Amino acid sequence: MSQSLSRSIAIAGVAESDLGKVPGKSALELQAQAAHAALGEAGLSLKDVDAVFAHTDDRFSSLQVAEYLGITPRYVDSTNVGGMSNIVHIRHAMNAIASGMCSVALITYGSTQLSDGSRKSGAVAADSPSTARGQFILPYGHLSPIGYYAMVAQLHMHRYGTTPKDLAEVAVAARRWAQLNPKAYRREPTSIDEVMASPLMADPLRQRDCCLVTDGGGALVVVSAERARALRSKPVYVQGIAETYAHHYTPFNTDDWLDTGVAATAQAAFDMAGVTREDMDVVQIYDHFTIGVLQSLEELGFCKRGESGAFVADGALAPGGRFPINTSGGGLSYGHPGMFGIFLVIEAVRQLRGECGGRQIADAQLALCHAPGLVFSGNTTMILGV
Amino acid sequence: MMTNLQRPLPQPTDITQPYWSAAAKGQLVYQHCPDCQHWQFYPRAFCVRCGSDAIQWGEASGEGVIYTFTINRRAANAFMKTRLPYAVAMVQTSEGVKTMANIVNADLDSLYIGMPVRVVFEQINDDLALPQFQPA
Ligand SMILES: [Zn+2]
Repeated sequence: MSQSLSRSIAIAGVAESDLGKVPGKSALELQAQAAHAALGEAGLSLKDVDAVFAHTDDRFSSLQVAEYLGITPRYVDSTNVGGMSNIVHIRHAMNAIASGMCSVALITYGSTQLSDGSRKSGAVAADSPSTARGQFILPYGHLSPIGYYAMVAQLHMHRYGTTPKDLAEVAVAARRWAQLNPKAYRREPTSIDEVMASPLMADPLRQRDCCLVTDGGGALVVVSAERARALRSKPVYVQGIAETYAHHYTPFNTDDWLDTGVAATAQAAFDMAGVTREDMDVVQIYDHFTIGVLQSLEELGFCKRGESGAFVADGALAPGGRFPINTSGGGLSYGHPGMFGIFLVIEAVRQLRGECGGRQIADAQLALCHAPGLVFSGNTTMILGV
Repeated sequence: MMTNLQRPLPQPTDITQPYWSAAAKGQLVYQHCPDCQHWQFYPRAFCVRCGSDAIQWGEASGEGVIYTFTINRRAANAFMKTRLPYAVAMVQTSEGVKTMANIVNADLDSLYIGMPVRVVFEQINDDLALPQFQPA
């Protein structure tokens, strides 16, 4: 992407909906709730929105959301590439705004998967039996996504000597951040021992190595940098952003499952932003599974390959630690309604605005959000600045 | 005995049929590209590495090692629930192909990355067998 688009757009509004167990609301209603709140932050209304970006369980997500909100947009995008999708939408909105195809982009996500009980055992709806996944994955009873990440964890432990305790550090740090976030779903104290005593799901991953299953939704409002400066909220600029892809659900041609394209994606985002990883004040890494955080820390270059276990030891990722990350409590303790990308952005924006109270990172100027999609199928990295 | 009705089973296409027909006869075949020597899995009408449409079927050695694996403590479907706990592995074959299979006829505690394994066929019905792997 052209360097000139760096800081060409800003995030002018962010909000989550009710989060946790929300039995009385539909996924669409949660998105609408978040959309109203996000637009309100910016001092904008639904009438100002001329582009809708969404991914839900509906195949035509953006139209579903637009119709519900009473918007007749001139640009839509329902790209669904898993948990990273809403960050990808920001990149696509950047291009659409730069080329004059829209001016106020509303990006939403929502799910009621806790109340639906739709993914209680990590299973997803069966693919058609004639697809590659249907023929060569599903007959073997492979769980998705946990089975893939369990295999990644097994490989990491084998190659580098990483331990279950290293994984548990990530879960405990997330909980300690959640205790500082009134909106987090799971806030009760926990310990390394407790995480390591939770039931095995897919060896070596235990229940507490896995993200929560919650209801919830979120919304972002994206406008041109110029317009953002005239709005009510403090603009948070998109300084660098990149996306790359490797596969769908059959990573048979991915040579090394511990080298999943994160590094190149992040480098493209750093290059666009004109900053380095050492400049980051706030880091939000998609924590669908504890191993995912270790893998991303290494591939992002925050520590050397194979050294993430030592890097996260002794509460390094927790409040007051050497490398505090995922300050909302993350997918592991704040909430995880199926797709978490939008919530990484919401927290990063709030940190850069200085709104995070007891969990605020002092003088936060630059934030990194990183998310994979599906089963290390794609990556997106975004650098935000004020 | 739970029926296979509750088990997700492959529905071959014209292009993948040779793989499944061979498996039903107890043979493991992969596609091989005569132009770039790439062994390809899963089957396609062309070589995904060089684009050649001269791709051919060739018999595989049936030998490989465990690239990585997991032991499932939760089942992906009702049928697999009867097999808990069960191992799912990515096997790297001697042709360089990565493929998924259950590791069968094995003490699950004895599995390790790099473990030599060899193909074995799980007969589902007259027309269908699933390639599986067991310790070599
Ligand atoms: Zn070829």
